[in-house]
Amino acid sequence: MNTLMKMTKSNMNQYKRSALWSYGITIAGFVIVSIMVSAGLISNSLQGQLVPICAYISLAVSLNLVVGISGELSLGHAGFMAIGAFSGVIAATLFQSLPFLWVKLVIAILVGGLFAGVAGVIIGVPVLRLRGDYLAIVTLAFGEIIRNVLNVIYVGLDEKGLQVSTSMDGIHLSEQGSMILNGPMGATGVTKLSTFFAGFLLVMFTLFVVLNLINSKHGRAIMAMRDNRIAAESVGLSATNFKMTAFVTGAILAGMAGALFALNYSTVAPVKFNFNTSIFILVFVVLGGIGNITGSIISAAVLTILPEALRQFSDYRMLTYAIVLIIVMLATNNPQLKALTAAASKQFKAKFSRTRVYKRPQKADEEMGGTK
Amino acid sequence: MTALTYLTGGLSLGSVYAIIALGYTMVYGIAKMLNFAHGDVIMIGGYVVFCTFTYMNLPVWLGLLLGMVVCTVLGIVIEKLAYKPLRGTSSLAVLITAIGVSYFLQNAALLVFGSAPKVFTSMFAKANNIELADGKLILTPETIFTILICVLIMIGLQVFITKTKMGKAMRAVSEDNDAARLMGINVNQAISTTFAIGSALAAVAGVLLCSSYPTLMPTTGAMPGIKAFTAAVFGGIGSIPGAMVGGLILGIIEILSRAYISTELSDAIVFGVLIVVLLVKPTGLLGRKITEKV
Repeated sequence: MNTLMKMTKSNMNQYKRSALWSYGITIAGFVIVSIMVSAGLISNSLQGQLVPICAYISLAVSLNLVVGISGELSLGHAGFMAIGAFSGVIAATLFQSLPFLWVKLVIAILVGGLFAGVAGVIIGVPVLRLRGDYLAIVTLAFGEIIRNVLNVIYVGLDEKGLQVSTSMDGIHLSEQGSMILNGPMGATGVTKLSTFFAGFLLVMFTLFVVLNLINSKHGRAIMAMRDNRIAAESVGLSATNFKMTAFVTGAILAGMAGALFALNYSTVAPVKFNFNTSIFILVFVVLGGIGNITGSIISAAVLTILPEALRQFSDYRMLTYAIVLIIVMLATNNPQLKALTAAASKQFKAKFSRTRVYKRPQKADEEMGGTK
Repeated sequence: MTALTYLTGGLSLGSVYAIIALGYTMVYGIAKMLNFAHGDVIMIGGYVVFCTFTYMNLPVWLGLLLGMVVCTVLGIVIEKLAYKPLRGTSSLAVLITAIGVSYFLQNAALLVFGSAPKVFTSMFAKANNIELADGKLILTPETIFTILICVLIMIGLQVFITKTKMGKAMRAVSEDNDAARLMGINVNQAISTTFAIGSALAAVAGVLLCSSYPTLMPTTGAMPGIKAFTAAVFGGIGSIPGAMVGGLILGIIEILSRAYISTELSDAIVFGVLIVVLLVKPTGLLGRKITEKV
């Protein structure tokens, strides 16, 4: 009993420490980048990446909640991002007469989150009945369906209100009216509302929601479900409820990030939110460490900048990216290589520190993949 | 165009999906991994055969053979370099590595062949269309050959899996890796063979796909890859007859919904049907039921 208490206590400290790290890195990153921007140290192309980086960090953290904490492989995160993006754009256009920029932005982000959350509930009910690879493929299918449906949605706005149709001919606008969504062309003529500071706040909000959820009774139930579903159910936890909480929270946060992302560009097409984008976000999560929130933040930031930083390789840029990805995956997962690095870091730690290293039980680590 | 013509068109596209899905399902059955790079092996196969036609003027069968050899070697090399070191680790790590390989192949092809689409001359350009039943059924040579080749592959593979020693070894490994090893089966060899067969089939699928849809780009393999993967899951991943059935049904649904419902929404309908099937039968049409133990 005593050891159990001790372990729980050390777990709590572990969570608190990692939460502090996550907030700290975000704040430090924001402050440093802001100073560098005002000092003119950051190139224009990189400055254009600042809002997308914030959006990707939010997306990575929210996907980590689904993949890492809840243990369900989702391959359709870009679908929720797309719903958030387009409903956010529509909301921003509807409320364009409101006085302050940030009021419109907040409304757009909230609407984006709301719609993505509704989609999350609708998709989550059937999806969470499935397991492993079958669940993964259904999230992929939903992601593709969302993109396909967005390809045939046309939305126009005039003084009489919104008009929605599945073809260009179905919309009859008056002279003051304008199109918001043009099917495969997507949203055109979007007013840029997103700022780096808004992005920073959204990342902080995402972290606040996710870290508090993880560190709550609900979060522990979700993780218990991930580590051993049958055992968790036999002590009276409802699998569907807890998995749903994680899934829908992930969807809402993805929708909010999607709205932020879309309002950073003047045009956004549905093709931007295809399967590749889902994979792109999943790569952040896996490279940053499954279940590791701080890792997601760092890898999302680094990997969004990486293609930019690899400009000098020009044509070889994405090829280099692919090779880096494969090598990192091999180096961090191959048992022999892992043993090598572990031995090195153990030596290093023995030399320089006396703190104890907290380690997850090996078995839980293996089962986290979810695609067994 | 009549319903019958659409149906044969669907069968032909479905045959291509079935051949690709075989690669996914066999690899999944034996190595328990989703080989996301499979779609890009199709694309490489397409490019190799394209080169043998346009630059080397080789006869069709020799070009196809060369494409199969290149893809087989490629499949084995990928398995040895990227997947084998990760065997037994978390399946998500293998998945991301497979995605890395997929990016690598796409971008390598982009560097070598450029992003402009290449026009693939069909293998059967000289043959004429056949009209049956007063023009109600139009069969293109591509359709006939695709369906024929698919049937041949299915029969050949079924015989190989059930009758030969290697086939038995492969089934044993997919059943229980450790027990197979204890029985003296060379597990590494069995897995390599699976990758080799899957990749050779991918080359065939690449040629058939490009004969029917004659544009070849570095991303050509991506979408058919995802669809074929869907087909494999549809039929029950890990099951060879399931991949065939899943591929055919998916192809027919796609062509029919493209013809009668909506071109833009055909993909959405395909994926919608997949979701409905998985809700009714959570492990696919012919998939094995998983019993859970505490």
